[in-house]
Amino acid sequence: MDGAPARFTLWMRATQGLVLAVAVCFSLGATDSSARYHDLNHRLMCTCGCAQMLGECNHVGCPSSGQELSELSADIAAGMSDKEIFSAFTAKYGATVLAAPTTEGFDLVAWIAPFAVFGAALLGTILLIRRWAGIAGAKAQAAALEPVIVDPADRERKEKIRRETGADGGF
Amino acid sequence: MAAFGSFTLLIALALAAYNLLAGALALRLIATGQPARISPERLADTARRAGIAGFVAITGTAFALIWAVFTNDFSITYIMEHSNRALPAAYKFSALWSGQEGSLLLWAWLLGIYGFVLRLTHKTDVKLYAYAGTILAGIQVFFLLVLNFAAPPFALLKGAIPDDGNGLNPLLQYPEMVIHPPMLYLGYVGFSVPFAFALGALMMRYPGEKWIKVTRAWTMVTWLFLTAGIFLGMHWAYAVLGWGGYWGWDPVENASFMPWLTGTAFLHSVMMQEKRGMMKSWNVWLIFSTFLLTMLGTLLTRAGLVSSVHAFAQSSIGTWFLVFMGIVLAVCIFTYVLQRSHLKSEHQMESLVSRESSFLFNNLVLLTACFVILWGTLFPILSEYVVGNKVTVGAPFYNRVAIPIGLFLLFLTGVGPLLPWRATSFRAIRRNFVLPVIALWATVIVCFAVGVNPWKDGAFSQGSFYAVVSFAVSAAVLTAILSEFLRGAGVISRQTGRNLAVATWLLTRRNTRRYGGYIIHIGVVIVVVGLAGAAFNTSEEKELGLHDKLLIGPYTLECIGFTQDSNPNFNSEYAMLDVYKDGKKQFQMTPEKRVYLASEQPQTMVAIHSLPSWDLYVVYEGTNPDTSQPIIKAFLNPLVGWIWAGLVILIFGTFVALVPSVRPSIATRPVPTEPALKGGQ
Repeated sequence: MDGAPARFTLWMRATQGLVLAVAVCFSLGATDSSARYHDLNHRLMCTCGCAQMLGECNHVGCPSSGQELSELSADIAAGMSDKEIFSAFTAKYGATVLAAPTTEGFDLVAWIAPFAVFGAALLGTILLIRRWAGIAGAKAQAAALEPVIVDPADRERKEKIRRETGADGGF
Repeated sequence: MAAFGSFTLLIALALAAYNLLAGALALRLIATGQPARISPERLADTARRAGIAGFVAITGTAFALIWAVFTNDFSITYIMEHSNRALPAAYKFSALWSGQEGSLLLWAWLLGIYGFVLRLTHKTDVKLYAYAGTILAGIQVFFLLVLNFAAPPFALLKGAIPDDGNGLNPLLQYPEMVIHPPMLYLGYVGFSVPFAFALGALMMRYPGEKWIKVTRAWTMVTWLFLTAGIFLGMHWAYAVLGWGGYWGWDPVENASFMPWLTGTAFLHSVMMQEKRGMMKSWNVWLIFSTFLLTMLGTLLTRAGLVSSVHAFAQSSIGTWFLVFMGIVLAVCIFTYVLQRSHLKSEHQMESLVSRESSFLFNNLVLLTACFVILWGTLFPILSEYVVGNKVTVGAPFYNRVAIPIGLFLLFLTGVGPLLPWRATSFRAIRRNFVLPVIALWATVIVCFAVGVNPWKDGAFSQGSFYAVVSFAVSAAVLTAILSEFLRGAGVISRQTGRNLAVATWLLTRRNTRRYGGYIIHIGVVIVVVGLAGAAFNTSEEKELGLHDKLLIGPYTLECIGFTQDSNPNFNSEYAMLDVYKDGKKQFQMTPEKRVYLASEQPQTMVAIHSLPSWDLYVVYEGTNPDTSQPIIKAFLNPLVGWIWAGLVILIFGTFVALVPSVRPSIATRPVPTEPALKGGQ
């Protein structure tokens, strides 16, 4: 019986090790300017009203995308950080030029809420299942110790309903 | 025809109102047993017949509008705004749903068709069907009120009648647009039926879970329509919008995806109710939410609450929908509070690691995904309300938040079927999971070996990282599902002596629902692999003169000419490009740009050469106004064909799941008696 928890711990450690190794691998690598240009033009919107990202606006003769892309290239060449580039674009075109909310002020709520809801729901579900499992276990123990006091007619009726209304297998 | 259409619309409203009031009164009399001058059963039957007559009336209205389109009756404002004489016949049908009034009429008509089928099959369970029919009539009354008083499709044009109309939106003049909106609407409207059954069953305290069995086919068919509608929309966006993608997280797209997520959650969790009598309240609320989300989708797309690239019809009918949704929610809450004792679970979960808990986690993830999309869609409104600053919530937000959730869901797709009901042991988990885990890591190694890794141009790419994870988890899920098939087929093969292929067929026929579900999961995995390919999309744009060349991936595109064409509906200009690979000519592509005469709007017609490995996708963007040179943009989009192939598998799986299972014939052999045994020895 001691073997199973020990093996489980071993598996957990091996998984943690792999996750760590993958994370380290993924954190390596240099960023070049063309990749950064591609990344940034997919984090900005075209302001012509086409509702497309700057890097994907395909309107020939678009009055906005050409100018915005030139500004982006110039900003990268000038050595500006991502934050500085976004600030410059926001100051010129307004907050809607950013393709996603920032991580400051009220915008932060946009990022936190989904994970907070997911985390709370996950925790709630785990606690609920554990509680149900506890109740089910207690009921099973009680049933084993005490005489059955279920009305046989009621049980038969329930079984009949389940038989007659049951599905054809399911998962 | 305008007068006929308006008249039948009014008649349809009167009949739906009678169906609702008489049906409700009859059911009340039956429930309370109060004496009445008319037999409640007869009253309920008149209500049902009124519903059938209502279907005839609303069909007449739809016919009147289609007739008006085909006869170019430009005295009707709607026809003048959405059609023209040169419009091809197939697209004249599209005019029915291209505008606000027409699409609401399509909704009411489809609801009428669903109601008609439901009322014709009422003998399955007269009382339950009477409840469901009355609730459907309530929904129909709402749509007919809107059509009669807020968005009349037969409103007459003021002033002189023009010779020709404004024409149909060019974006809608594409073959898929003839079937995509009706499919999507069949999905949206179809969820009214399981909603009506669920609410009706709760109102009448329906014993047992038979109502779920009754509505199963309705729910699955509806889900299939919605799924097909969403995918057709994706393909339309891919082939028409010309930006190389198929999903832009636009509010209209999100509006169709949200009820799909809750509907999918319902289809999964309802199995727990059937199998173990659990999660009754949860299921009822899932279907209530799905119905409300179909309404919210219509509200968002029609009321112009959020800006969208393809909200074709906007107006101020938002208040009508808000009030209706408020009433529906109030009725749902009231009924639930009144009857919640009827929804008590018969069993409770016994373990954190079991089939039941996997269903619960699956539901949790699907609902979280739904919340994320709803949150992202509504956040610009919230931000403007709270801080007075409107923001954009686009693809970067969803890619960061929704993709990890989607991958977790994919993981559960593989894990769930491997877990037994009630509880399991660590040893059983290890036995079932060895092969999928091996497949997962083998895929990671193969990906790295062939150069598919999270580094792009020397930098870490989040998209490529997600793609590798998607491939790996997909391989694991596929292995898990196939091993389930093989395990069952192996047993049958040993029992019957048939080969493995025949045994798999027999296995599937014995439990179509289970194995149809697995086929659907295989389809989902194939779709995910196709979606993951987007991380490796490449594109090139160039001004191409005669015999100029554009290189992309292994292909060389050579321009051999530009030409123009004209017909009564549009003028077009297109490029003729010879495509070479390894120095040999492979095929020719002709990307096109059209200008529609009636609306004077331009439209791209993308040329796509699709292979299992990738799509070569070429857009003729027009000419550069400065140089007068034509501009060609080419994309190499890996694995896109897998998305459409996955849809086909998914549809096939749904059909399999809808077919009733064939029970194996059980041959009983008399048990030898004691003396016989002895005799045998």
